[in-house]
Amino acid sequence: MSLYYVQKLLYQLNRDPEIRKRFAADPEGVLAGYELTAEELGAIRRPDIGLLYVLGVNGQILMHYAAMCGFEWSAYLEAMREGVRRHGPVRAGLYKLVED
Amino acid sequence: MALVFAGVCSHAPGITNRPERADPQKRERFFAAFERLRLAIEAAKPDALVIVAAEHFANFFMNNMPAFAMGMAEHYDGPIEDEKWLGIPHARVPGNRDLSLRLISRVMQEVDVAYAEEWKLDHGIMVPLRFLTPRWDLPIVPANINCQGPPLTPLHRAYAFGRALRQACDAAPERLALLGTGGISHWPATPNSGKINEAWDREFLARWTENRRDALLSYTDADTYRDGGQGGFEIRTFIAVAGAAEGSAGEIWCYEPIPAFAVGCTVGAMKLA
Repeated sequence: MSLYYVQKLLYQLNRDPEIRKRFAADPEGVLAGYELTAEELGAIRRPDIGLLYVLGVNGQILMHYAAMCGFEWSAYLEAMREGVRRHGPVRAGLYKLVED
Repeated sequence: MALVFAGVCSHAPGITNRPERADPQKRERFFAAFERLRLAIEAAKPDALVIVAAEHFANFFMNNMPAFAMGMAEHYDGPIEDEKWLGIPHARVPGNRDLSLRLISRVMQEVDVAYAEEWKLDHGIMVPLRFLTPRWDLPIVPANINCQGPPLTPLHRAYAFGRALRQACDAAPERLALLGTGGISHWPATPNSGKINEAWDREFLARWTENRRDALLSYTDADTYRDGGQGGFEIRTFIAVAGAAEGSAGEIWCYEPIPAFAVGCTVGAMKLA
């Protein structure tokens, strides 16, 4: 269970321009510093916002990471919906999809 | 001198990020209430504004998450969000380190708070200030409550924090205003963004305006999560203001459910006894 480290990496990418620069130049070098599963690594590398949502990344972190990756608001909401369609319900955390 | 004003308002990033998507009439009623709040704070002639917001991973992460924190710096920079995304340009907001030090010292007699000599402002503080002190000219003391990463700060501790803030403000020679910012029911940053439980919001606001402590503290986190979403955990900021205004009743100046802003947009104030 390394959701904590997925969130830590995204939080640091959101907040620290130096890590952002290092990640752009050498993503594998940065990723090696975190305990991540193969599925998590894949979600971060693509990036797959929908899968990151399903894995349980906190919305206050994913919202800014998605914006940083160029997702405008509606595209970000759709990426989360698509993630649930493809990967099933959100697996952890507080930001679960609610059925009306 | 004393606490001279206590109020609450919403802080959703959509308010400044995508105002054009809101129903214009509702939006203008909400913005008019923000203007009323601005004028009320100005009329109270505060020397500083204590602003209690909800943690959004702006200053703390899950490796070291305080239940309560207060800023203790000469100035604060924000927003942490991309300024184009949030629709608020970068700004430096004045603080008052000495005032923070005195308030925190007093609050700590009752409630353990972390202090931060460096503090970055996120939408939880920048969105309200954009309306209330658009020239960024009123010194602030930022504070936050962990509404984000469980285990969350218990509601009764949020109330006690507000009560301690009141004692600290009343013991200071300055005139101080207090503002709590947050959502009531909302499901931000999920595909349900825009969902609002109006009945639940109105019930909460009724309890808040009557300032019934037991009724305010009777929500369990499971109830709140079911009825108010994970954003509903931010009721802690409203409850802190209720604690600061213990013995006083309040009134709601605006409640407009605006799905584009992902929250029931609220402005209210306590009539301080």
